[in-house]
Amino acid sequence: MTSIKGRISRVFRSRSDGDKIMSLFLTAGFPEPAATVELVRKLESSGADILELGMPFSDPLADGPTIQYASKVALDQGVNLDAIFGMVREIRRESEIPIVLMGYINPVLRYGLEAFFLKASESGVDGIIIPDVPPGEMPELDGLCQQHNIDPIYLVAPNTSDERMREVDQASSGFVYCVSVAGVTGARSGDEVSRSVAKFIDRVRKNVTRNPVLVGFGIRSHADALAVSARADGFIVGSALIDYIRSVYPEPDWMQRTGIFVRELKYGRDSSIKV
Amino acid sequence: MSSSTKQMNQHSTVPDARGFFGRFGGRYVPEILIPALHELEKAFRECQQDQAFQNEFETLLREYVGRETPLTYAGRLSEHYGKARIYLKREDLCHTGAHKINNAIGQVLLARRMGKTRIIAETGAGQHGVATATVCAFFGLKCIIYMGSEDISRQRLNVDRMRLLGAEVRPVESGAKTLSNAINEAIRDWVSNVEDTFYIIGSAVGPHPYPMMVRDFQSVIGRETIDQSLEQEGRLPDYVLACVGGGSNAIGMFHPFLEHEEVQLLGVEAAGEGVNTERHAATLSGGEPGILHGSLSYLLQTSHGQIAEAHSVSAGLDYPGVGPEHSFLRDSRRVTYAAVTDQHALEGVRLLSSMEGIIPALETAHAIAYLDELMPETNPDEFVVVNCSGRGDKDMETISKHLKCP
Repeated sequence: MTSIKGRISRVFRSRSDGDKIMSLFLTAGFPEPAATVELVRKLESSGADILELGMPFSDPLADGPTIQYASKVALDQGVNLDAIFGMVREIRRESEIPIVLMGYINPVLRYGLEAFFLKASESGVDGIIIPDVPPGEMPELDGLCQQHNIDPIYLVAPNTSDERMREVDQASSGFVYCVSVAGVTGARSGDEVSRSVAKFIDRVRKNVTRNPVLVGFGIRSHADALAVSARADGFIVGSALIDYIRSVYPEPDWMQRTGIFVRELKYGRDSSIKV
Repeated sequence: MSSSTKQMNQHSTVPDARGFFGRFGGRYVPEILIPALHELEKAFRECQQDQAFQNEFETLLREYVGRETPLTYAGRLSEHYGKARIYLKREDLCHTGAHKINNAIGQVLLARRMGKTRIIAETGAGQHGVATATVCAFFGLKCIIYMGSEDISRQRLNVDRMRLLGAEVRPVESGAKTLSNAINEAIRDWVSNVEDTFYIIGSAVGPHPYPMMVRDFQSVIGRETIDQSLEQEGRLPDYVLACVGGGSNAIGMFHPFLEHEEVQLLGVEAAGEGVNTERHAATLSGGEPGILHGSLSYLLQTSHGQIAEAHSVSAGLDYPGVGPEHSFLRDSRRVTYAAVTDQHALEGVRLLSSMEGIIPALETAHAIAYLDELMPETNPDEFVVVNCSGRGDKDMETISKHLKCP
């Protein structure tokens, strides 16, 4: 493991043998900006090990309908990077959950790369995922990450070559994000492809040796999570969480019920059986 | 090295190996597309060296598209201004009615060579969609076209043409429901079906190698114009004009002229309701550099880096980005970029129709309208070439509505 510095690697180091890490993706400001901080607390107390906070963008071309929708809801309520840094600072007051910002490069560029990393680091951000900047495309990002103690997290996909996986591993710290199916976020991997997912993860394991591996895209239930992450260090859920919130918000107990949903994602219906 | 040689070299060596035109361009896409882009670039470079491929491309351009297209002397239009002589490069006479088919043929040949069986494309005005549907019908390939629902309603005729040609037209309902959103949706499709699918991008935009590839397939426009100018006028033109949305007709026209520094190149963007309003599509005049659809280029965006909605009466220019090579040529000042409003472009339609018997596309009409600005600056011993990138039949509904044709 490359980095021993941050909260992210601490999470992987401190888990018990066989425990799977659950990383949750939530678009910052969804379903309403005022609720994000409390919602994050709820996600954490319900079992989230890592939080990926989505920086909404008008043209999210790697995302399916669910995250497109959440991005639009957030943007329509005026969420921007300064607001997100504010949320992170607020979360940090009482939580040590690793926070990864995830979003497209243009708002970050517009904010100014230096300013962005300075602010992110000051606010308590631990990692960054920018899906439209693959390793090597913007080398200055890696320098800034290092300078500000932020883990650059890159992605591998089923069509990524062995050699490229090793490059991604070299460029990343914290963890490597393994996209389980060719598609946009929320795309579903059917049962018939779960075998090929297993083969893919085995190949990732062979090539990604410096970083832990989290698997995402299409995980909607505890059973999905178990199946997909059997050979990985854990799993990532995004669209399914947002879809669930969408289905219960704004009922009075929406946050409570979201907590139960998250607990079931991680531990299953019978919470006595741990992942 | 003289400055002119330096500039010539600067322009003839872009993009670099990583797909950058100076600082612009690149390959800012999800990792899943990286292998596909490498595969595409490799296939494209092989084709450039492959005489059989080039022969097939040229044969189709000649026998199917109807190239070469004429360089027509616009006598009455020239008299109207009483200054330099005006010529029109008649891309409107290409099969399907616009220059878009040049690139669609090139890319579909590549797709076949790469063994891809499913073709997807985005379209704004519908010209690229029609061109793609056409070449897919010609080769018997499955074809899916993404088109914003706003554009579907303003370019209905082209939607019917695409369907008649056997393509599936998928409406896109996100954002402003125009070209930019259609590109997002096409990219999402490509990400999900990258193994068997070839994405034929219609403009000189997108991640490397698309801007280079589209430019090279469209450069036939400029090469023919050079030969025809030498034949008809005995020298190269003094001014060359083209409209710029994403910029494929313009880059195809300009690229062969870049090394001829005595030729002034002018790109005309869509000013919509005015570059000083919020409703325009003049990216190079009113935008700031940023990343959209896989490359760094000038971009209409908010102070928070969200993509702004473009506006133009012309669906083909209604795009908040622009090809990265245009951004490079703007900053190097080799090309001058200006903008023309909706209203002025509509007057351009009337002008060319009544003076020359040629109904131009609304996109093309922006370049025509700019003659009002340019011509007073010219001399009678000079000559001007306007790229007549497409014909206006597809726009008749919009034109009738605005010009109140009898």
